[in-house]
Amino acid sequence: MIRACALSSLVTLLFCCPEAFAEQLVTPDMIVGDTIAAPLSNTASSVEVGKTVFVDRDQGHCVLCHQIDGLDAEFQGNVGPDLSTVGDRLSAAQIRFRIVDLQSLIPDTVMPSYYRLHDLNQVQEEFQDQTILSAEQIEHLVAYLTSRTQD
Amino acid sequence: MRLLAACFLFVGAACSPETTQLEPDFTIEASQRVSGSNFLTPETVAQQNDDFENPGYLWVERGADLFEQGEPSCAGCHENGLEGVATHYPAFDTGTQTLINLEGRINLCRTRHQGLTSLPYESDELLSLTAFVAEQSRGLPISVEVTPQTQSAFESGANYFMTRRGQLNLACTQCHDDNWGKQLRGDTISQGHGNGFPAYRFEWEDFGSLHRRLHDCDTGVRAAPMELGSQTYIDLEFYLAVRASGLELESPGIRR
Repeated sequence: MIRACALSSLVTLLFCCPEAFAEQLVTPDMIVGDTIAAPLSNTASSVEVGKTVFVDRDQGHCVLCHQIDGLDAEFQGNVGPDLSTVGDRLSAAQIRFRIVDLQSLIPDTVMPSYYRLHDLNQVQEEFQDQTILSAEQIEHLVAYLTSRTQD
Repeated sequence: MRLLAACFLFVGAACSPETTQLEPDFTIEASQRVSGSNFLTPETVAQQNDDFENPGYLWVERGADLFEQGEPSCAGCHENGLEGVATHYPAFDTGTQTLINLEGRINLCRTRHQGLTSLPYESDELLSLTAFVAEQSRGLPISVEVTPQTQSAFESGANYFMTRRGQLNLACTQCHDDNWGKQLRGDTISQGHGNGFPAYRFEWEDFGSLHRRLHDCDTGVRAAPMELGSQTYIDLEFYLAVRASGLELESPGIRR
């Protein structure tokens, strides 16, 4: 298994480097600093749906690591920062970047990259070539988190 | 990355020719290392410590029966019991020149000395025998050291622990070294020690090996898991045992 994985990454390295961008859902030109300004999807985003993505075990399940005041979800985690008023601290473009691929800026972060397919290792077969969240789910999340302000 | 640095430190230590015992550097200092039972409720700890309430003792009792069976039986040779033995596993087997864990030692005894076949990994019989042997070291400190013979296995285990994998792209170290004690919803992240295994897990409603737990960690980050009993998991078990050395062996433990 390991050998197979090593071989496949080698193959990836040898043959895919020139076209590495083809594999990347978000190309470097879409990222400016710590922002991705353009929405990943054209469908209308919804704060309410975003809240569901944030809580649902089968979707983002962000409450595993993060907390938001007043959210109907018991035992919220504290591995990541409190996001109760994240909309005051970060713009939509900054929030989008952090969900998509924070590891591209902070390689050691424990925050998973929810919209990325490149440079992954030993992925279980049923999850191969799939992002953790869809573009639509991420846009709903961005809408919800942007709405989280003090007022 | 911190882990990589630790690996290099370790390699550095291994380079001095007169060194026979290698003291690796771990992210969590020895004085900070605590058993997974520290993150359980007091009720669960009480259940673990009560031989009548701890479901793991069902497997220990089955193991005691199996220990008497065979020609010769295990007890035929090990008439004085095996107190303390489990604290030194995984260990290097000179016959096969490989690192083996307690399950592997039991199977080698069967094929070498008892004219029996190996028991399948995670079979009830192998779990029971392993639990019976491990229980005789309950309360004793885990004592596993890296030697020149086991250095490459240690490095392989360390590498597995430090490498990001799966769709979630997480390494063991990121939770169990860097974020232990924090909350993942209702669960407190442990330091990832194996000193309670084989253990009864509420999530399984069953008794299982450390390798079954490692398998669950891998699938938890959506990584393709290794085979139970694979050398990769034995090497990881070895790395974890060196890292857990000094902690009391708690098998049969109870874990979430």
